[in-house]
Amino acid sequence: MSATVALAPAASPFRVGLRRFRRHRTGMLGFLVVAAFIVMALAAPVLAPYSPIATSWSAIRQAPSLAHWMGTDELGRDELSRVMWGARASLAAGVVSVFIAGVIGVPAGLIAGFAGGWVDGVLSRIVDAMLAIPFLILAIALAAFLGPNLRNAMIAIGISTAPVFMRVARAATLDAMTLDFIEAARAVGNPPWRIAVRHIAPNITAPVLVQVTLSIATAIIAEASLSFLGLGEQPPQPSWGSMLNAAQQFLTQAPWLAIFPGLAIFLVVLGFNLMGDGLRDVLDTRRRG
Amino acid sequence: MRHSLLGLVVALSLAAPAVAAPALAAPPDRTLKIGLREDPDILDPTLTGSYVGRIVLAGMCDKLFDYDTKLDIVPQLATGYTYKDPTHLILHLRPGVLFQDGEKMDAQAVKYTLTRDLTMPGSLRKGQINDIKSIEVIDPLTVALVLKAPDSALLAQLAGRPGMMVAPKVAEKEGKKFGLHPVCAGPFRFVQRIPQQKIVLERFKRYWDAKAIHFDKVEYIPIVNSAITVDNLKAGTLDLAEYVVPTDVPLVKQDPKLRIAMDTSLAYNGITFNTGNGPAAKTAIGEHASLRRAFELGIDRTALIQVVYNGLYTPIAQANPPSSKFYIPSVVPPARNVAAAKALIAKSGVKGPIPVTLLVPNSPDLLQAAQVIQSMEQPVGFDVKIRAIEFASGLAAARSGHFQAFFIGWSGRADADGNMYSFLHSGLGFNYGHYDNPKVNALLDQAREAPTVAARKAVYAKIWTIERQDMPVIYLWSPKNIVGLKKSLLGFRQVPDGIIRLQGMRFAK
Amino acid sequence: MQGPIGARLVQLLPTILLVTIIVFALQQLMPGDPAVMLAGDAAGDPRVVAAIRDELLLNRPIWAQYLHWLFAALHGNLGYSWRLSEPVSELIAQKLPVTLQLSVMAFFFSVVIGVPAGVISAVKQGTAWDWLANAIGLFGLSIPTFWLGIVLILFVSVDLGWLPPSGYVPLSQDFWRSLATTIMPAFVLGNAIAAILMRHTRSAMLVALQQDYVRTARAKGLSERKVVLRHALRNALIPVVTLAGLQLGTLLSGAVLTEQVFDIPGIGKLVVDAVFNRDYPVIQGVVLVTGLLYVLINLATDVLYAVINPRLRGQ
Repeated sequence: MSATVALAPAASPFRVGLRRFRRHRTGMLGFLVVAAFIVMALAAPVLAPYSPIATSWSAIRQAPSLAHWMGTDELGRDELSRVMWGARASLAAGVVSVFIAGVIGVPAGLIAGFAGGWVDGVLSRIVDAMLAIPFLILAIALAAFLGPNLRNAMIAIGISTAPVFMRVARAATLDAMTLDFIEAARAVGNPPWRIAVRHIAPNITAPVLVQVTLSIATAIIAEASLSFLGLGEQPPQPSWGSMLNAAQQFLTQAPWLAIFPGLAIFLVVLGFNLMGDGLRDVLDTRRRG
Repeated sequence: MRHSLLGLVVALSLAAPAVAAPALAAPPDRTLKIGLREDPDILDPTLTGSYVGRIVLAGMCDKLFDYDTKLDIVPQLATGYTYKDPTHLILHLRPGVLFQDGEKMDAQAVKYTLTRDLTMPGSLRKGQINDIKSIEVIDPLTVALVLKAPDSALLAQLAGRPGMMVAPKVAEKEGKKFGLHPVCAGPFRFVQRIPQQKIVLERFKRYWDAKAIHFDKVEYIPIVNSAITVDNLKAGTLDLAEYVVPTDVPLVKQDPKLRIAMDTSLAYNGITFNTGNGPAAKTAIGEHASLRRAFELGIDRTALIQVVYNGLYTPIAQANPPSSKFYIPSVVPPARNVAAAKALIAKSGVKGPIPVTLLVPNSPDLLQAAQVIQSMEQPVGFDVKIRAIEFASGLAAARSGHFQAFFIGWSGRADADGNMYSFLHSGLGFNYGHYDNPKVNALLDQAREAPTVAARKAVYAKIWTIERQDMPVIYLWSPKNIVGLKKSLLGFRQVPDGIIRLQGMRFAK
Repeated sequence: MQGPIGARLVQLLPTILLVTIIVFALQQLMPGDPAVMLAGDAAGDPRVVAAIRDELLLNRPIWAQYLHWLFAALHGNLGYSWRLSEPVSELIAQKLPVTLQLSVMAFFFSVVIGVPAGVISAVKQGTAWDWLANAIGLFGLSIPTFWLGIVLILFVSVDLGWLPPSGYVPLSQDFWRSLATTIMPAFVLGNAIAAILMRHTRSAMLVALQQDYVRTARAKGLSERKVVLRHALRNALIPVVTLAGLQLGTLLSGAVLTEQVFDIPGIGKLVVDAVFNRDYPVIQGVVLVTGLLYVLINLATDVLYAVINPRLRGQ
């Protein structure tokens, strides 16, 4: 935690950080949890004991048993298999929407920080305005506009998350601009775009990367929330959020339907958070309150 | 001149209340708490468009006519009617009825209310009573409705929201704001509403049928989450829940203090196909009626209902459920027959698997049902894709023709016209698929003019024969009205329209 | 964070204007016809729907509708709910107290859990206590709000029967019952904030414990408890308190789902229902008010921060 990392670009803070991360115990634990879920998602066709969409009307809402470790759902489908397959939607939602957010937010932040002046003013006002609208309302409206399915839920979450990345990238850019070597590069007469790409971009990687892991966590929860409101993955394909949505009407009769998908969300988000904390510890020494 | 059977019913109902109300000295504060499945929209009989709105309004606003448990039309604010000729309906009003602000409920008030329904901007009633050309006050207790054309469904409308009389002075003064403090001629008067939280009514002492009322206050509490509704019933914080979901029925029955009252409803659920609304109608299933019939043969309604609704709902193949006077017993849903379905597909020449995208409003039970249908159709040769959609977007998609098949329900009306006309007649709003069969159009119009239930039924039977061939809509099931209530709550009369009538209800001592 | 308050206030105007434009644009983009939703079971008659469209001015160009709304809003008139005919301002005035009660209670929870946990973990850095506090923090950050709500309803209300599962009762009506109906949702809502507060308290305390004045106090021979509580905590709390203020905005946003799960008639439920019913004036009004609250809280926090932290004032 108290480690100091040289900020000069020569030492590639990134590689130093990675080496440190490998020794960061909770960070690695988070990484392993996430890796396990990724493996589960990718290998779901092999690992899942049943098909996630094979219905069995004679066996609906059965409590967990040896045959069905997590019981069966409202259509007699194996809950364990659905949790495994559901990892695909949730992880995809987490990764893709954060990618979208990053692709929009980071360049915007870079430009705002680098250009300053009215460009910064306009971009910052837009970001302020978007942050002033409750995140979920923004996401619901966008998802309803785009049409409810997983892809659009990811886009909606991505757009709604972009302002956060813009802020992070802007702050990091402003920080980096004060560094000596950038002022030097400027004095030598490098064109602005080259300074931005060559010198500033590498320096904002660390805070952005930290934000990525943390945002993946919130994006997974957001996808689940949207699916919970019926705006996410389409049936019969499972997603943890839509499974929870269906489970809500059987809380008393079949509580396991609500417990397991929620537990899965909790674990994978926990993994991402641990990983993010670890990364923050090793990459970003200038932690702010 | 033609008299109805109403005369007899009037006499009976006038005599009845005397028996119904034993001289009970009601304890000081008797508040009835009713759980609603959602928050109603505005409480103005002219402007409301929601099902639960009707339930709350029934506590405040008596209608000219009402339905009894057998769906016979019985008098309420009117004591009877006569048809002078098919376009002249004479209404005889009950004497001595007061609105809750003390105004007299008389012929002028009837004229005012019906005129308001016909002329108020944004009125949702206009279409229901559009056949009224003019309203003439004959004497304080007699009104004549002059019709543009004979309308056999008009009386049913007067037993619905258009029949709810509003206090003219208040309505005139409040205009569009009337629904914030409605004043009618019903048993309870409006006290307070906190949207999404509760609606409070108190007893109107000068109600014309006051002896049928045994509560001092009524509270309507909207609870969207069905599990929470049941919990509140069990905890005793609700006396009656207007709707308990089928899967919760066992939970309520387990409780020794509670009971379930279950009866057929007027509602139905089905699949509307896009047969003519824009380019999306140009699909195999949209263009071939035989494929739609094959689709129907792929569905096992009974199994579907068993899985999703604990087996409680009723399989149907027509818009009017068995409780309706217009139900045609010979139109029965076919049993699932995969072989026959496949044969139909083979005969159509369309190569499978045939893709069908089913638009489904994203309520959990409908999504569940859609998935059941999806797996039932798979062996038949239909590749059903489910598009779950938020309700408002779903309606927009359906109306603009951006759908192939739409999984949609209807709250149902006692009169068949209200379940069929705007759904199967071309050019109307609920005919999402733009089904257009001139014969059906003509028959629907003809039924409106047919004088008796029997005559109308004969016309409707012809429509169902055509509908079963064209199959623009596959009717799947009719839900039940499932009311959960305290065993100590007596005198509850269940009418298929699902409206909770407070008259005659009381707590056991 | 720099600049005089006046300049910041001027910046708020375009932000708020943008909020209203974004929301207006969004509701236009959302599919769904408000007139059809309003017509409800009368939408079968195209004439009825057309009349409503006229009535609501929905046939006008979008910019005209926006200016019409903006002009009224500038005069303090947020219009009427299409679905309920009730003034939007009145609806908000009815619902905001509910959400505020929830938020204040949630805030209370988050402070009561988050700050002590942060202090303990900083003081006992590296011990089991530190580990436990961190675990609580991570738990709070990782658990999905609505799932925690569902699980709590299951165990506390359904299994144990300790608390009512829902049925909000206003404070003014029955104080204890009101608390009983809001304690679970408030906990659920406060949980995530508690985690954030815990983390920030911890890092602020770690910094404070290394400052000169703490060393001086220790050198003077004050008890460790006094050192921690009187000197370190007092200074560490300054940034934490301002940060906590900032989280109030997050609470408003978090209330949306919590109110949905617990069926609480607050501002979150109001706006979600309005979105699903396409009751534009309500969406517009609620987002304007919450957006305003959000930016004002932000501003207040910044100002407070600058006042407390003199180094920032000069910049």
